[in-house]
Amino acid sequence: MSSDLPLAGQVIAPLGAVEPPHDGTDASARPVYPAERRVLGLAASTWPGILAPLAIGILMLAGWEAVVRIREIPPYILPGPLLVAQTLVADWPTLAGSLLVTLRITLAALVAAVTVGVALAILFTQSKWLEKSLFPYAVILQVTPVVAIAPLIIIWVNDVTLSLLVCAWIVAFFPVLSNTILGLNSADHNLVTLFQLYRAGRWQTLRHLRLPAALPYFLGGLKISGGLALIGAVVAEFVAGTGGSASGLAYRILESGYQLRIPRMFAALFLISASGIAIFVLTSWIAHLLLRRWHESAVRREL
Amino acid sequence: MSETLAAGPASAPADGRGRRLLSLRGVSKVFGNGTLAINGVDLDLRQGEFVSLLGPSGCGKSTLLRIIAGLGRATTGTVEWPTAPHDARGTPEPALGFVFQEPTLMPWASAIRNVMLPLVLCGTRRREAEERAAAMLALVGLKGFEAAYPRELSGGMKMRVSIARGLVTKPKVLLMDEPFAALDEITRHRLNDDLLALWWQERFTAVFVTHSVFESVYLSNRIVVMAARPGRVMADLDNPAPYPRDDLFRTSSDYAHLCRVASGTLKQAIAA
Repeated sequence: MSSDLPLAGQVIAPLGAVEPPHDGTDASARPVYPAERRVLGLAASTWPGILAPLAIGILMLAGWEAVVRIREIPPYILPGPLLVAQTLVADWPTLAGSLLVTLRITLAALVAAVTVGVALAILFTQSKWLEKSLFPYAVILQVTPVVAIAPLIIIWVNDVTLSLLVCAWIVAFFPVLSNTILGLNSADHNLVTLFQLYRAGRWQTLRHLRLPAALPYFLGGLKISGGLALIGAVVAEFVAGTGGSASGLAYRILESGYQLRIPRMFAALFLISASGIAIFVLTSWIAHLLLRRWHESAVRREL
Repeated sequence: MSETLAAGPASAPADGRGRRLLSLRGVSKVFGNGTLAINGVDLDLRQGEFVSLLGPSGCGKSTLLRIIAGLGRATTGTVEWPTAPHDARGTPEPALGFVFQEPTLMPWASAIRNVMLPLVLCGTRRREAEERAAAMLALVGLKGFEAAYPRELSGGMKMRVSIARGLVTKPKVLLMDEPFAALDEITRHRLNDDLLALWWQERFTAVFVTHSVFESVYLSNRIVVMAARPGRVMADLDNPAPYPRDDLFRTSSDYAHLCRVASGTLKQAIAA
């Protein structure tokens, strides 16, 4: 401040001393995230989200068990949750084997869906011509019910496991493809301009700009595809029916139905749902890990 | 065409500045929808200048800047870089930096990775790119924020990162498209001061698009006033006020006078 403005200097200086100047360089301008209280290793605010659905679940199961006991419903009509749990433990060797078969097909289908989906998305965004000629077929593949084409695939493909894999893949790959295409095309236009300005090549633009920009979209697609791969695998198993020793959970459900071993059917059903939830949690966790530092969807909002 | 805002010795540094870097001749741009964005612009850019392109919105100043940057082709007219190297096809490859109206940072990359980007794209070794980017961040006042992600930075800090990225390749010319328009006034004044200090120290040539008379008079030694529909150059004013400029200049009667003259010219340009 100059000496010919003493008043301004005197008035403004103390204010500036109390409050750091909003100059864009001060460390206090950075958002501060206060450490939250933690209970049993989890942030205190996450517990209600876990406890509330858990309480509802326990209430429902208790109600179910009560109805079964009071009305004396036979287990071949509706087994109580305790009996289902007992069956799950007793039949674990058989069920675990089936679970493994189904999970293996699901994961293989998911890996194939991600690989093919991302590869096709990259190809499509590199050439509009390719996208125009191939994308409609991807849509056709997606909208045709897998139950309807599964018999054909099972006839055409000799190997049972491979045919199941193909069915699950058909169901799972489209969300990855369409989301990744959207993501690759969603890069900030000014950033695209900047890359042009520095004469970045196609590969450089893809690697440093389009792929990172597509990541949140891809992960959204992955979450959907994870569940769909499981559904595809189970549906295909249902259609395939018999499968000998290497049979998945759907086969166990069919088999239990024929043999009226309904508790076992429920146990298998429970395992399918649990697998679906596990896949969802896993893909959500991966998405959170990859996005937590920068993407709005994963960053905690400060109020 | 060229006139002077006020009497006084023009600040002409003696270190080889003043060489002609760029000349535009009869540059016009017609958009695909038939709009005549700019019409018949003649403009020379000399080394070491700080030129403001001043005009109302829609006068094609951003379009002109993009043509200078080589991002859009002129429909007619020539853009020549007499001193810049040219590639095999004869396309000039001037060393340019560009700062957008928004910070335009990659949200998935830390501040230093954002600043490193131009170096990485032209194949600089990682270690060297890191060192140069860190030095550039320190120069714009962001030492200690290398690892911060854009969303953790304030608007002014993001703009600083953007400027650091524009300057990290040591460009001959830094093109800026209303870089501070979205910032609050206090931050804008700070960044104006720091930009001038950088310009003085790093000796690049600056082309600064703005619609603020005050900003253009404070920053530049030459103001190109443009008018809209169609976009064209109406006046080319010299701003003789000496550097370094600071708060004292911002509050001086000289500054007020220069602003009045520039403002009058702009008003004429809009009315014309």
